[in-house]
Amino acid sequence: MGSRVEILNEGGFRSDGRRQYELRDMTIDLSQQGSADGSAVVTHGLTQVLVSVFGPREAKMRSQTIHDRANINVEVNVAAFSTGERRRRTRGDKRILELAATIKSTFEPVVQTNLYPRSQIDVFVQVLQQDGGLLQACINGTTLALVNAGIPLLDFVCAVTGGVHETAPMLDLTLLEENDTPNVTVAVMPKTGKVTLVTMETRLHVDRFEKIFRLAGDAGKVIHGEMKSAVKTRTSALVTAMGSGPRVGAGDAADRDADERMNEY
Amino acid sequence: MVDITIRKRPRTEAVVTQRKFFKKTARGKVIKVLRERYLRDDVGCGIQGCSACPGSSDDALPMAGDQRHQLFPHGHFVLPDTNVFLSQMDLVESNLFMPPIILLQTVIEEVRHRSLPLYNRLKALIKMDDKRIWVFYNEYRSETAIIREEGETPNDRNDRGIRKATAWYNDHLRVTRPPIRGQPPPNLPTVVLMTEDAANRQKAEKAGLSCISVRKYVEGMKEPTQLLDLLAAEGSTDIEPTRAVAGRQALYPDYIPTGTLLAGIKAGELYQGHFNANQYNYLEGSVPVPAFTKPVLLIGRENMNRAVHGDVVVVEVLDEKEWKAPADEVVDQESTLKNDDAEDSGEEAEEGDQVIRKEKQVLLSEDVKRTSEKQPTGRIVGIIKRNWRAYVCHIDSTSLTTSNATSLSQQTVFATPVSRLLPRIRLRTRQAPTLIGQKILVTIDRWEATSRYPEAHFVRALGKVESKEAEQESLLLEFEVPYRPFGKAILDCLPVEGEQWVVPPKSASSPEWKDREDLREMIICSIDPPNCQDIDDALHARHLPNGNIEVGVHIADVSHFVLPDNPMDSEAASRGTTVYLVDKRIDMLPSLLGTNLCSLRPFVERLAFSTIWEMTPDAEIVNVRFTKSVIASKAAFTYEEAQIRKDDPNLKDDLTVGIRLLNTLAQKLKAGRMAAGALNLASPEVKIYLDSTESTEPIDVEQKELRETNSLVEEFMLLANISVARKIQETFPQTAVLRRHMPPPRTNFEKLQDILLKRKGLTLDVSSSGALAASLDKCLDPDEPAFNTLVRIMATRCMLSAEYFCSGSVGRDTFGHYGLASPIYTHFTSPIRRYADVLAHRQLAAAIGYTPLHATLHSKSHVERVLDVVNRRHRMAQMAGRASVEFYVGLALKGRNEREKGQVREDAFVIRTFRNGLGVFVSKLGIEGLVMFKRDIQFDADNYTITVPASMASGAKDVTIAVFDKVTVNIEVEKDKNTQRGRVKMTLVQPVDSSSM
Repeated sequence: MGSRVEILNEGGFRSDGRRQYELRDMTIDLSQQGSADGSAVVTHGLTQVLVSVFGPREAKMRSQTIHDRANINVEVNVAAFSTGERRRRTRGDKRILELAATIKSTFEPVVQTNLYPRSQIDVFVQVLQQDGGLLQACINGTTLALVNAGIPLLDFVCAVTGGVHETAPMLDLTLLEENDTPNVTVAVMPKTGKVTLVTMETRLHVDRFEKIFRLAGDAGKVIHGEMKSAVKTRTSALVTAMGSGPRVGAGDAADRDADERMNEY
Repeated sequence: MVDITIRKRPRTEAVVTQRKFFKKTARGKVIKVLRERYLRDDVGCGIQGCSACPGSSDDALPMAGDQRHQLFPHGHFVLPDTNVFLSQMDLVESNLFMPPIILLQTVIEEVRHRSLPLYNRLKALIKMDDKRIWVFYNEYRSETAIIREEGETPNDRNDRGIRKATAWYNDHLRVTRPPIRGQPPPNLPTVVLMTEDAANRQKAEKAGLSCISVRKYVEGMKEPTQLLDLLAAEGSTDIEPTRAVAGRQALYPDYIPTGTLLAGIKAGELYQGHFNANQYNYLEGSVPVPAFTKPVLLIGRENMNRAVHGDVVVVEVLDEKEWKAPADEVVDQESTLKNDDAEDSGEEAEEGDQVIRKEKQVLLSEDVKRTSEKQPTGRIVGIIKRNWRAYVCHIDSTSLTTSNATSLSQQTVFATPVSRLLPRIRLRTRQAPTLIGQKILVTIDRWEATSRYPEAHFVRALGKVESKEAEQESLLLEFEVPYRPFGKAILDCLPVEGEQWVVPPKSASSPEWKDREDLREMIICSIDPPNCQDIDDALHARHLPNGNIEVGVHIADVSHFVLPDNPMDSEAASRGTTVYLVDKRIDMLPSLLGTNLCSLRPFVERLAFSTIWEMTPDAEIVNVRFTKSVIASKAAFTYEEAQIRKDDPNLKDDLTVGIRLLNTLAQKLKAGRMAAGALNLASPEVKIYLDSTESTEPIDVEQKELRETNSLVEEFMLLANISVARKIQETFPQTAVLRRHMPPPRTNFEKLQDILLKRKGLTLDVSSSGALAASLDKCLDPDEPAFNTLVRIMATRCMLSAEYFCSGSVGRDTFGHYGLASPIYTHFTSPIRRYADVLAHRQLAAAIGYTPLHATLHSKSHVERVLDVVNRRHRMAQMAGRASVEFYVGLALKGRNEREKGQVREDAFVIRTFRNGLGVFVSKLGIEGLVMFKRDIQFDADNYTITVPASMASGAKDVTIAVFDKVTVNIEVEKDKNTQRGRVKMTLVQPVDSSSM
């Protein structure tokens, strides 16, 4: 049945009613989750991940400490109910280990680890629902959770998956599309435009690569706007709740101040 | 930079925007699937100048709709339901049916779900420029999107969606064209729901929508008559909704266990035989069994029970009252099963019902029409042995779910075999899109009782259709011709000197010269077709002092080089024969032997095996002797050169005299043979002229010309073969390698006799070959010289084919060669290209005491086994050769078509009549073709005529066409749209134009 669905129909609609360059609905929840220092629940359409960040804290194992910077430890756990077919994935699963390693290497140049020598930052990624774009959700979630935990980053990291159907590029693929098209995941730092991750598991024609790569980069900036406003909303809510900051809708100057601070990211 | 946005999907709308369903996998696991969709307001309605929708240049629908229909004076748009496309696709495709159509996404998807081929037709329809079709993506528009309710079937849900979209469109028209104050309210066009489903119509009317059935709509059109013809029959409106099928039903009965089968055969209740598919009617097959004079007929899929052409099957013969006659209708698999679906999913049984119903209809309609004589009818109950091989196929492009070349998904598609005798094959592949337009090789894996088609896997691609290499290779594969280059072990058996090998100087000690006669001084020449490289025979004749004539036939001494039981010998035995294609020759022996060392080239000494007769000037044989010899041919003529030389009175040299002498003797021999009752048969052989070896474009097709010298060579070869046959049969009565041609059973001629009698008032006496030859001579039509040739061709087809056999394996009385009217015959004269000749050489050498006979040739079973292979290879080689000619004739036709703008017209003879077509034979091109009529014509099976009524023939009178009538046909080479398989399409031009019928 799966192959019966048209990836991109003549009218320019994808199987879920989006057009080529439309990203799925993105929701971000930055509320406190358990005892984590920072956490974020990110959904892209029907893909949902919960990322919790602990630290920086003392490394549990001496062997993992690095004398001049913090060690980032990423652990990914895929819930058995996250896919249609109930399937238990063990922690030793190679694909999951690879996913974790990818996330780790994406963030190593972004997190200012040299501020916390001999310590460890734990990132726990819980995959709650899967419908394509898992890596992008994990990266975006990790960014937000790190921000939420107050860990200094050089920039946001925003990831988007892009694919090519026939010759038409598409963004933010669902599972259905991911299975049927060559695709590439790109993570960018929107402020500088630097790319921290490009990865693909399928073969993509070299002529198509540049276009889809640039598109995914641009899409990353759009995602960045969404993430930034989520962080801002969360922060201003927190500030309001603490009663120490300006009341909502109060002084312009203070507001601008907060804004300026936020613009650092 | 493109505009990248994030589509928002509020959580509150999740009921509408999320879809949850359960899916069962192929393994039977149940999976929950959750899909989301994004509803939007920017889905355009497609009406030109709409104020609410973002206008685009390709809006297809005119603002006022179509105002020509009398029921809708204010204009209308048609919004068809799914069943319109499922049952009335022909109508919608007609270029007379031109209302503006709103095509809903729901409808497209439902069509796709039901039948991929129909879906692909629909897609082509949308792309057509002259149709005004707008696709409205109603499932993505927030107002028209609906979700399936509890307890609602998918079909009902779709119907509701279609009604909702209709309602929306009508509202949309009203809202976007509000009445302007001071003016009368504008006349709004209506959006009409067109559906064949009465229940849907009722519900629509209740909701206040205007709706109409297809028939009613067409009747209301300005010129309905032509379109009414295109309407599918009323009965087909009952397309049932898709229902979930619990398990797949068995489509075929199970086979009986082997033990029971064998017991049944032994007891004489069941019969074993080879299954032959009918190339004109895919729903019919036959199994010839010795117990009945006529083959057992198998009608319908269930009775053929998964047998594939060539399988060894067991049949059960039905009661005599259920016996039927073969249908005289052409039933084309592609057109009947055009809309069948390859996907192997749950819907199978559902679609299957339709197919079965359709096929039953075909069979039923045939049943009524079956007129000819009844013959044993049965069903297959078991298979003894499958004879599956790799088949060359084309992929049917309509069966693809996606033609996207980058798609990575696995698809189930149909592969249509090149051979018309084979069923369609279901193939699972991941590279289907790239295989379209290619010839591919597939192997059948299995044919389950639950599957309508056999299942196969992809082996490899041969190349693009119509490329020379792919066509050539596919031919060789299709006819199982071994065409790999010779291996090292084989080449090691060649003389070490290679090209430099020569006959050593004459000396008593040299093994080559042992017991060989020195005939180097004889005036020997060879006569062959032009460009012949493997010259395996040469001739001489001279006067003897006693007034008699000495005639020698010298055959290349292949058995000197090919020793028994070495790798080269086994390879030659398995190849059996050299295969001649138009542009390629696949050798039986390595070319060093075939075209050099064994080839009796002029001016070089070569080893030969000679048959030398002493004959009286009246061509009576005084005596014959056989000897190994060394010859040096003095000339290599083509038939034409020899003929010119013979006819030139100025030439009086020894060679010319020899040829003249041979010619006079040959004429006498031939006369003698004819008197004995030999048949002069005809075959539709043509010659292809190739432009050059590089290009594939054949220049011209021409019938083979026969000269006197052709028959000269032929006569002496026959004589040599007969003499050798006598000798080896005498010496080795148990294992001699002979060739025979069984007299055809009288029943084979019945039809031809009947046709001749009824159409021409001629009788054919088939009591003996002599009588047949005599009556064939009398089959003349004074107005039509080609008529005689035609009858001969048809008579040839009634005969059995000649075969090699081992003299000890059959009764002495069956040795005869029917066609040549010779009591005994073998093949001796072409050892370079036929393996049987090599065996005959070895036996003859042993018979004259030259060498002892190799042990294998003493074993009857061994000889039988080898000859079985050779017989099969021989048959295949002939068919491959013919197919190769056909391919080039097709190419030549295509070339001519392009030059002459589709006006290739040739005279043809009708050779068969069908209920819905004519079998014609174009003698000039040597091809047979089928003229099909789409509409019914009158068919008189008893008199072999069809009558085209005056109304269709656009003439004043009915036109009757009978077998043997001369007609003019227009020949086109048409490519099947779906499979890219080229096929010759013929239409009548004279006496009636059938292009529109």
